[in-house]
Amino acid sequence: MVGAGSLLVSTPSRVFGQGVVPITVGFIYAATRNDYGWNQAHAVAARRIAALPGVKLVEQERVPETVQVERVMESMIQLDGAKVVFPTSFGFWPFIQKMAPKYPDVLFVHAGGLWKEGDAKNTIGYRGYMEEPHYLCGIAAGMMSRTGKLGFIGSKPLYFIFNNCNGFVMGARSVRRDATCQVVITGDWDNPVKEAETVNALVDQGVDVIVANVDSPKVAVETAERRGIMSCGYHTDLSALAPNGFLTGAEWNWAKGGDFVKAWQTGGPYPNLYRGGFRQEMVALSPFGKAVPQNVQQAVLAARQGFLDDTLKLYKGPLMDNKGNQVIAAGQEISNTDNAFKLNVKWLVEGAIGSTGLQ
Amino acid sequence: MALSRYDARNRDTGPPEARAPTPVHATLSWRLTAGRLPTDSLESLLLSLAALAVAAILFGGFVAVQGHDPLAVYQTLYLGGFGTRFSIENTLTQAAPLLLTALCTLIPARVGLLVIGGEGAVVLGGLGAVLAGVALAGAPASIGTMLTISAGALAGGFWIAAAAALKHMRGVNETISTLLMNYIAIALMNHLISGPIRDFSQTLKAQSWSIPNPFMVGNIPGWSVHWGLVIGLTFCVLLHLVLRHTTLGFSFDILGGNRRAAQMAGLPIGRLMLLACFLGGAAAGIAGAVEIVAVHGAASESLVVGLGYTGILVAFLARQNALAVLLVALLLGGISASGGLLQRRFDMPHAVTTVLQGLIFICVLASNASAGRWRRRSG
Repeated sequence: MVGAGSLLVSTPSRVFGQGVVPITVGFIYAATRNDYGWNQAHAVAARRIAALPGVKLVEQERVPETVQVERVMESMIQLDGAKVVFPTSFGFWPFIQKMAPKYPDVLFVHAGGLWKEGDAKNTIGYRGYMEEPHYLCGIAAGMMSRTGKLGFIGSKPLYFIFNNCNGFVMGARSVRRDATCQVVITGDWDNPVKEAETVNALVDQGVDVIVANVDSPKVAVETAERRGIMSCGYHTDLSALAPNGFLTGAEWNWAKGGDFVKAWQTGGPYPNLYRGGFRQEMVALSPFGKAVPQNVQQAVLAARQGFLDDTLKLYKGPLMDNKGNQVIAAGQEISNTDNAFKLNVKWLVEGAIGSTGLQ
Repeated sequence: MALSRYDARNRDTGPPEARAPTPVHATLSWRLTAGRLPTDSLESLLLSLAALAVAAILFGGFVAVQGHDPLAVYQTLYLGGFGTRFSIENTLTQAAPLLLTALCTLIPARVGLLVIGGEGAVVLGGLGAVLAGVALAGAPASIGTMLTISAGALAGGFWIAAAAALKHMRGVNETISTLLMNYIAIALMNHLISGPIRDFSQTLKAQSWSIPNPFMVGNIPGWSVHWGLVIGLTFCVLLHLVLRHTTLGFSFDILGGNRRAAQMAGLPIGRLMLLACFLGGAAAGIAGAVEIVAVHGAASESLVVGLGYTGILVAFLARQNALAVLLVALLLGGISASGGLLQRRFDMPHAVTTVLQGLIFICVLASNASAGRWRRRSG
């Protein structure tokens, strides 16, 4: 039974183990934690962070992107004594900026690189360059595809979706020059019916590998498995959903947030804005599915090593978009951490069939 | 007085005394005792408490089956809802809109209509407030705020009054129409905020233009609770006085208790129904407008969070008594406020507070069936 004693806020002065200050970390999710998508990726990270010395985890799910999240943050701070909170949904950011000045002794970590000069110092925005693992997925897809036709399902017409799509297509075309990729933007973060219909339509057109950049790719991956084609994951490990057709997947490594917790615990320095790919440990690759042979695995892992060593650049010239315009001149290389460039990607690379949906 | 088409159609059902030997309010299970007589009040109170107690026991059983200690769960419910100053402020904030949305079901119920369109009226009220607020930009702050809230009241009022008009003129069941109108209201808002009145500078989510900043009302000084609470309290008390101590309230009750008798007495049935629904809708509309001027500043999906539906529960649990709404809204506000804490302390699913609310609702409905019986036996 939880007695009256444990209902009290734990005092941070109590010293734990070998001099580690105990700290309560709160995770707030917009949907359920086991959604095989965005939220699950964070819940996985929460468990890794909870395993750090002295960390106690509290979690609350299905918190809407309204002032409700302010109440939840305050409740975690006031009633649970949380000193670091991770409000994980993109739309939580404005509410974080309202709460942070009120609680200067609490660190607010948000998934999304939205921090800019003038925002509260006790807030952090972090995000991964998911185009890098998408490039690796593209390599696997390009080598495994029989038809050379791939499918990419995107949610919103936003820069990171375009970057992921470009990564996927460029990865595939790095191993198979004639590979093409049908691109469908559904317009919704979460629209399982449309996603399933899209997968079915793509299969009917001869597509045999898909990847879905939606809140939860569960339905898309399951539909692909049912139709007997291959799929790549997104957000978190989806291999269990498609035991036959799963190749690999692009995963976030939100557990990197554990570094910020440690910094806050010990009074160490922390960044306000942290972006990165494999080299910065912000992204990861899902385990390979059983269908993926050794040579494909080696090719994928070699490319990952390229990102880790920074010898492989995602965007390099000459690069054409799918409307025949040259977007990067021959000989020009874009740094993998050139965020300004990536923010301005409003085009799809050659080989992508479809449009961004932007006017 | 000319009979409406609806009345004419229902004429062949005969006078109520011929077909209803039991009191009308006992046969219509949702038409709750108004508590005019002291024994009624006492009975209502006892029944409500009994319903709450049964719901509490059932919920205790539910959490025990899940492997939790019911006492610890209730202790946490108390801590999250009322245990600290923060909890109380949280509860009051949650309760404030419920005070108003409950009236959307409560007032029409007094004339015998079951309106469940609070959700739609909240949305319409919010939209009305945004449109008025934007149109009034540049007006003095206090006038602007008042007119913005009034616009919300009008929008919500006409919305629910439309259901009463349909009922009166075409015999359309008001419960079905108001339920369906909720979806129309939400669709209308989604249409407006995704195009015609969308603020395209807000990229995170679709939302309308924002009302001018001076029109926003802050919190009650010294509290982190917004002024909506005061508006809701004032409304409930005023309404209680109107329903209890005016001829209008009396007319509502006659109409709600016995439609034929109201007709015989020459009461303007159509107008009373329209007025009751307008007032109810206006209350929910104000709830929506307050969400705009005190919380969001713009219309968005944030208006559709079930305030209208929880209001129905509050009205039922309060047995259509405007003063009891105050207590019940506090209780349900407290349950909502502590839902998160329950989730975090016991790793319970989000739905657990919905289970508790549902159990309370079912117990209250069941207890209504026994309303009046106890008195008949004893008397």
